Amino acid sequence: MELPRYHRMRRTLYRLEGSACAACSKRYFPPRAVCRVCRAAGLEPFLFGGKGTLYSYTRVTQAPRGFASVAPYAVGMVRLEEGPIVTAQLTDVDGVDLTIGLAVEMVTRKIRDAAEHGFIVYGYKFRPLIREARPQP
Amino acid sequence: MRDVSIIGIGQTVVAEHWDRSIRDLAVEAALKARQDAGVERVDALYVGNMLSGELNGQENLAPLVADAAGLPPIEAIKIEAACASGGAAVRAAALAVASGAHDYVLAVGVEKMTDLLTDGVTSALAMAADADYEAGHGVSFVALNAMLMRRYMHDFKAKHEEFAPFTVNSHRNAARNPYAMYRQPVTVEDFLDSPIVSDPINILDSAGICDGAAAVLLAPAAEARRSRRPPVRIAASACATDTVGLAERADPLVWQAVADSARLAYRQAKVQPKDVDLFEVHDAFTIVSVLTLEASGFADRGSALKLAAEGRIALEGDIPICTLGGLKGRGHPVGASGTYQIVEVVQQLRGEAGAAQVKGAKIGMAQSVGGSGSVAVTHILQV
Repeated sequence: MELPRYHRMRRTLYRLEGSACAACSKRYFPPRAVCRVCRAAGLEPFLFGGKGTLYSYTRVTQAPRGFASVAPYAVGMVRLEEGPIVTAQLTDVDGVDLTIGLAVEMVTRKIRDAAEHGFIVYGYKFRPLIREARPQP
Repeated sequence: MRDVSIIGIGQTVVAEHWDRSIRDLAVEAALKARQDAGVERVDALYVGNMLSGELNGQENLAPLVADAAGLPPIEAIKIEAACASGGAAVRAAALAVASGAHDYVLAVGVEKMTDLLTDGVTSALAMAADADYEAGHGVSFVALNAMLMRRYMHDFKAKHEEFAPFTVNSHRNAARNPYAMYRQPVTVEDFLDSPIVSDPINILDSAGICDGAAAVLLAPAAEARRSRRPPVRIAASACATDTVGLAERADPLVWQAVADSARLAYRQAKVQPKDVDLFEVHDAFTIVSVLTLEASGFADRGSALKLAAEGRIALEGDIPICTLGGLKGRGHPVGASGTYQIVEVVQQLRGEAGAAQVKGAKIGMAQSVGGSGSVAVTHILQV
């Protein structure tokens, strides 16, 4: 995993920027150059709001290289409000009873170990949705 | 296009071959296939392999194997299609013969996984997923399948123990295959007691890390009668693809590439699922058996667990699967598995499967799947 990869992915990793088809309005994350539905090219950038629900989830116990320091960790497939499903790590879930359909939101966190290349890789993870604070009655 | 037959098969025992290299394994399988056919001539070699670069530090694999097997100066190319590499190599060989470009073509599937420790193999296998949007987030290949399994259990109200009959079947059949790695039968209780890898997937849901090589020698059907063993005709060979990212599909529980490759294969062979006497399924995880049986037309959506519960997948059932152990019981040396499947279907159709013989088998299907259903290669063989 080298630096150029994370540089070129900065819009997706930090902003959850995908793409949308002007012809059929289908939205994609990750972004695509060609629409899968109508095969039109030249899709426009589209910024996702970062809120969604858990489509599925699991826990990684046998971590791949580069993820040993965070293992075991939870990962999920999140159905975004705008339609697409995103695969990502889940965070702030200690003591949380994970269920399919749980409301989650995107946060920016450290994704993996820094040791092998010296820089820290940040990107999106999803945590259980923190509801807006409401004034006490 | 010419009709193509398989005239020779060879395989190594699937095991942790600590004292044997990827080259040793591939050469053993290649030589056995030529001996089996009783044919010396080889015009081209296609080597199915997924991870020799990552696991063994060796690319340029096909010339390496050709050289070690004494085959130069023939054409030799590595074929990579993730876990479907072994099936894809057979398809490349079949196309080469069918087109008339070559007459005698060898396909060798090989993988040598035990040169690395588990974390290295886990990272390597994750290369079949999307590097930027799956593996790069620490989502292992097991984790992707675990999420599929959880969603399947949720949508179709299935219990984990309902997946046990697939593993019990694979191990029961592997016990009758001298080339298989896991020859000890397991029970439903063993399955339930098995340690979790990535919940809900446990060890006995998963095919193990191992080494092995398998090979087939192909020839034009018109010349096949010259071979020592009864030829088996390749009635269909089809490949289809889907998104690499599992999350990018309209419904991740529908494996469309599998469905498309199966549909193409049925059309080529002019058969339907009910005509198939045995089916070598890509049972890398129990959930994969379920999804591929449904996508291939052997069960309706959400009902493949019933096939297993009713014993219909057993050797004496109406659709025997993983008849010589499958990926779970025989072992899953990833890039070799697709070629093992073809070898095993040939054994069945020749009537040489011993205690695992499916009686009267005439039509056998083998399906090799790469990634989380992103590439599928389906073959139908016939005698």
